[in-house]
Amino acid sequence: MADRLDALLQFNADALRLRSERQALLATNIANADTPGYKAVDFDFAKALSEASHAARSGSGALPAKPALLYRQPSQPSLDGNSVEMDAERAQFADNTVRYEAALRFLNGQIRTLLEALKA
Amino acid sequence: MSLFSIFQIASSAMAAQSERLNVTASNLANADSATGPEGVPYRAKQVVFQAQPADNGLASVKVAGVVEDPSPARRVYDPKHPAADGQGYVTLPNVSVVDEMVNMMSASRSYQSSVEVMTTAKNLLLKTLTLGQ
Repeated sequence: MADRLDALLQFNADALRLRSERQALLATNIANADTPGYKAVDFDFAKALSEASHAARSGSGALPAKPALLYRQPSQPSLDGNSVEMDAERAQFADNTVRYEAALRFLNGQIRTLLEALKA
Repeated sequence: MSLFSIFQIASSAMAAQSERLNVTASNLANADSATGPEGVPYRAKQVVFQAQPADNGLASVKVAGVVEDPSPARRVYDPKHPAADGQGYVTLPNVSVVDEMVNMMSASRSYQSSVEVMTTAKNLLLKTLTLGQ
């Protein structure tokens, strides 16, 4: 029973964890916007989430692998070798914030559904 | 939990940017200081930022050092000035006021960005705390 509950919540829990990891990466990019030579990094969220849910379904119980980091390709390279584009990073940061909150709501909804089922 | 590391990253950026703002203030205040404690004109200073890598791609910012601007000092013809040399020229600091104003605006914008990042992370954490209630 407990593993069924776990499996039900697993997907959104993974999404939430990956969103928070991505949020920290975007915060790193914004923090280093003025550091010469710093290269902005990010990861492919869809790929990371599908890998995490595959790992959860295989049921090996291993800790989830860290998503592979990719360097961002700047559209306008700067002279000091820094590849952070503040507008793009801020947009991604806002987008990721909303999606984190969405994952949080989905999880809340699932928990509420379970509680309703338990009360009935 | 990654959201907690955002506090550390954003605060390191805020500390670095405020140090940059401090150096800019020092440069602007001394833009016309023809003599310093050693009798030589003030030299402009600049901060050097460095990424301080942590685990899995995260990096905070640190100020690697404050370096003196190597550009030549400004020479102005003013024979009335007490610090004027034999030909009537005064050596003034190599502070570029325009550059420093740009530096100041850039530092203050970056500081604001970090504050917003921190506020967002705080709100997300608070919302996460109410999960399941």
